Amino acid sequence: MTRISLSRRRFMIGSTLGATAAALAGYGALKPDAGGAVLRSAEQLTMKAHRLLQGRGALAREFLEADISPSFRVNGSTMPDSEEYAALLDSNFADWRLKIDGLVVQPREFSLVDLKKLPARTQITRHDCVEGWSAIGKWTGVPLGSLLRSIGLKPSARFAVLHCADELEKTLDGSGRYYESIDLIDAFHPQTILAYAMNGKDLSVGHGAPLRLRVERQLGYKQAKYVMRIEIVDSFSGLWGGNGGYWEDRGYEWYAGI
Amino acid sequence: MSDEKTGHENGRQAGTILIRRHSVVTRVTHWLNVLCLTALLLSGLQIFNAHPELYWGQYGADGDPAFLTIGSAEDKDGLRGFVRAGGIEVPTTGFLGVSSFEGEPTARAFPAWLTIPSDQDLATGRRWHFFFAWFFVINGAVYLGYGFLSGHFRRDLAPRRGQLSASYLWHEIVTHARLRFPEGEEARHYNVLQKLTYLVVIAGFLPMMLLTGLTMSPGVDAAFPALLDLFGGRQTARTIHFITASLLVKFVLVHVAMVVLSGAWNNMRSMITGRYAIRESGPKA
Repeated sequence: MTRISLSRRRFMIGSTLGATAAALAGYGALKPDAGGAVLRSAEQLTMKAHRLLQGRGALAREFLEADISPSFRVNGSTMPDSEEYAALLDSNFADWRLKIDGLVVQPREFSLVDLKKLPARTQITRHDCVEGWSAIGKWTGVPLGSLLRSIGLKPSARFAVLHCADELEKTLDGSGRYYESIDLIDAFHPQTILAYAMNGKDLSVGHGAPLRLRVERQLGYKQAKYVMRIEIVDSFSGLWGGNGGYWEDRGYEWYAGI
Repeated sequence: MSDEKTGHENGRQAGTILIRRHSVVTRVTHWLNVLCLTALLLSGLQIFNAHPELYWGQYGADGDPAFLTIGSAEDKDGLRGFVRAGGIEVPTTGFLGVSSFEGEPTARAFPAWLTIPSDQDLATGRRWHFFFAWFFVINGAVYLGYGFLSGHFRRDLAPRRGQLSASYLWHEIVTHARLRFPEGEEARHYNVLQKLTYLVVIAGFLPMMLLTGLTMSPGVDAAFPALLDLFGGRQTARTIHFITASLLVKFVLVHVAMVVLSGAWNNMRSMITGRYAIRESGPKA
């Protein structure tokens, strides 16, 4: 009885509300890409509402040592599959360099030792995967904002793009390579750090050794692991799918604060 | 629920009059709500399928004790689905945990016919969910603003003096259980069980869905950290979101059953055109 009345009811709704609602509801279903323009419009609204309510500096909740998860799930890549990365790992990242270039005054390279000498920030924060699970960990690293300040950005700079060592999907053109991007509000946020340690130890390979991004007001897929290069850009048009990240090119929101 | 009589003048049926029962705002927001909640529920099941486990507290992932798991396991007879809660495991193959997708038994928490979109696609499910979440919030704001300003809440939904006494409530419950619905003058207004149910949904369940949903957003948590304290953590909020959604589904099932049992066409007409037929008691000159 219920199913019949429900479907009848749905039919009634369709005929009652007319074309507007049906068009809104049907639009996303008909578009083969992830959602269509109408559904995508909510993302802009969400991001603007968040920025309005939280301001630039509102901090993500920081937790106590006692709150740290007994295990921190490893997700996505667990080991970058390249000879280059294998060689870096063999040398314990002695030859690894973080390159920062693009729309900067003076491009620079940092070794892991260089980064560890800089003033660090330690924070115990919650990692929220887009799938729904959460884990709490303690991260230590260099605030990205202080690095960018020391290098100097050109006036046209808008986004920081993180190029990573891992390839999540083997593709002939290399578009399966992991990359992510954040805007300058998040790049200069005090909790946005390039973490080299987790729970008091050097970052494990599974968690992104030697360096990963922590941008705590956003979901897990923004926390790029195996960061090799940070490129400052004014648009995403020259990057792979043009949507600003590996997951964004596969239909996920660029703004990952929800 | 104004008492404007229309049917009588039209002289349709002897002894039956049509009253204006629902305002246009109530009717439009009601149907938009049906649309939003349907899209939210079905896309919500798609999102749940990405990690079909629920936890209490600040964190929870594979390896942490789960409050509820909808899972699958492979054994000699093939894939089997189960639901596990509090140490009790119930086989649910064919519906939960394992169901048919494109003719193949497939490991997925909720079956393809219940999710938007039907294939496993978290990105699209999230887009549907957040689009209709905004739609639902705006629609709800219109309804709440109207409800307070027009006096709809005070006039139609607030229980009257004496309606909340234990004996009166018991009498109403017994009458309802016998499927005897108000007629005549009494049918002009919601009965007290309707009032209480609608108030619990409007002031309880729906705001709870919104608040627990917001608590799952790391961006909103930064803006309103008090939400994490209110619910005791993001994972608790996620679990309450799921429980409240299942309570809403139960409400809808009972609501639709009541609509059908107490006069499907009359109720449907009143929610579409606003006009509701009541039989007048006693002879009318």
